[in-house]
Amino acid sequence: MLQSSLPNIKANLSATDSPENTPTYQFGFLDSFAKKEIRRSLLKAVAIPGYQVPYSSREMPIARGFGTGGLQITLSILGTDDVLKVIDQGSDESVNAVNIRNFIAKTCPGVSLTKHTPEATIVQTRHRIPEFDLKLGQILVLQVPYPDPLVIVEASEAKRKQMHGEGDYARLWVKLYEDMVKFSEITISHRYPTRINGHYVIDPSPIPRFDVPKLHQSPGLHLFGAGREKKIYAVPPFTDAQPLCFEDIPFRVEDFNDRDGKRRPCHRCGSTTSFLDEFLDDQGNCLYQCSDSDYCNTMLMQLQGDNHAANS
Amino acid sequence: MQPILEVQEMSQIYGAGCPACFTSTGAQFNTNICPHCGTVVAMQRVSFDLYPGEILGIMGESGSGKSTLVKCLYFDQIPKSGQAIFWDKDKPQDLFQLNPAQQRWLRNHRFGMVYQNPHSGLNFRVSAGGNIAERLLMSDILNYGVIRDRARTLLSRTEVLPERMDELPSNFSGGMQQRVQIARALATDPPLLFLDEVTTGLDLSVQAKILDLILEIQQQLRVAMIVVTHDLGVIRLLTSRTLVMKYGQVVEIGLTDRVLEDPQHAYTQQLVSSAL
Repeated sequence: MLQSSLPNIKANLSATDSPENTPTYQFGFLDSFAKKEIRRSLLKAVAIPGYQVPYSSREMPIARGFGTGGLQITLSILGTDDVLKVIDQGSDESVNAVNIRNFIAKTCPGVSLTKHTPEATIVQTRHRIPEFDLKLGQILVLQVPYPDPLVIVEASEAKRKQMHGEGDYARLWVKLYEDMVKFSEITISHRYPTRINGHYVIDPSPIPRFDVPKLHQSPGLHLFGAGREKKIYAVPPFTDAQPLCFEDIPFRVEDFNDRDGKRRPCHRCGSTTSFLDEFLDDQGNCLYQCSDSDYCNTMLMQLQGDNHAANS
Repeated sequence: MQPILEVQEMSQIYGAGCPACFTSTGAQFNTNICPHCGTVVAMQRVSFDLYPGEILGIMGESGSGKSTLVKCLYFDQIPKSGQAIFWDKDKPQDLFQLNPAQQRWLRNHRFGMVYQNPHSGLNFRVSAGGNIAERLLMSDILNYGVIRDRARTLLSRTEVLPERMDELPSNFSGGMQQRVQIARALATDPPLLFLDEVTTGLDLSVQAKILDLILEIQQQLRVAMIVVTHDLGVIRLLTSRTLVMKYGQVVEIGLTDRVLEDPQHAYTQQLVSSAL
């Protein structure tokens, strides 16, 4: 019985392997019911800014924790008239960004891809908000590893939900208090708890502190997807986003100042307003360069254009 | 005089419960386990009034429902039935009809609790100052300087060295932990304080200091308190009125002097004579 069925399986396999029989994916990879559910969750998330909407995160061809939450949102809202940009830590060329871009190119034929932020209608990102300010109509999709900021102070999800519902965030502030006592400085470098529209506190995904003020009253729509934790939340356009802090201690972002208190420029494009990455060159010198590669390239081109104009 | 807290017919059971529970348990049956359904009747139709600035003692052996009583009033537990009205500046609040957010607000702004075990009342992962800060942050004081000053003042009032405010409570002795707990409970100037066996397990000299502190706070701040204890010495020293509980029932209530000198109920007589 078993023996006789084996050749059949083999025959079926070889049949589907041939190019003319390869099943084509539905546009956007996900089936339409999955997309519909995610869109419904997104509507709820936008309607209740900062609230974590549970959804049934689908299996994706990449492992959970590698951006499946963001990817599912992007695939659900993507249409053929969209222009998509995918970045990872500000760069268009890192592994996560390239793979997700290739996957979307394969499963969403007709969607245009770009590396230039102002041209994009949808930007999927990991760990950064682009330097170019979002415009009205642009959507930023963020990949989130840990959606709940309360997880550091409360282990039970049932209790966390109640705390969110009642706006009970005193224990997060106690964490800030302890930081001030021990280090005279709040030590949260990324995933800084941020209060949305005066009620829910969100984990804005591992963006640096530098990017947190960009959420406040931004004209763009920010969608957050946590694939492993099965949660979606949103910061709609023109919504208040206040990082938690004490009344008498203002929120501080990374300043990139050198020892003399002077702001370091990007060694490539010379920008003094962007978020910088620190790395060592072959000679062991410490270099600072824009983390947003598209922004850095644009600034460099402008600089060269200006130089060219000055020389001619 | 307007009472600050009116408790009426408050009951708490652990288990399914049956119609015969209340008629077959209590002091005269010498049990709090219902013989029909096996339900534990922890507290049976307890009623009393508490007046502003007064210290009410609750006395009784272990398992008599003393702690259940204060835990219900502090919203640690939800009682099965009954009513409790808290007069918040002449505004009556029906405690068990409030929604959880309102209950939490009252608990943070108007009540204070000191548990027998400091581990129940303090967060041992944050500093002593942080524990007081938590109470202040819960009542929406978000100014770091103000919080530091207030924590320092409270700790010096409860005789914890302010220099040690940034240490973890686990570095402290039992008596000091208890004093940090009292400082934490007092952080928001609550008009009502619950003290659950605060001196049990501390050595005598430390007990005396804590009791002195409680009396001092009561005299200075006119805080109303409910003191739960099985120690007659504590009852005699602190309280003006006493409520004696046995198997979930109140068997006697009266002025402390009267209860201790002229006990009416057989159980109270036994309790008083065995201690003296």
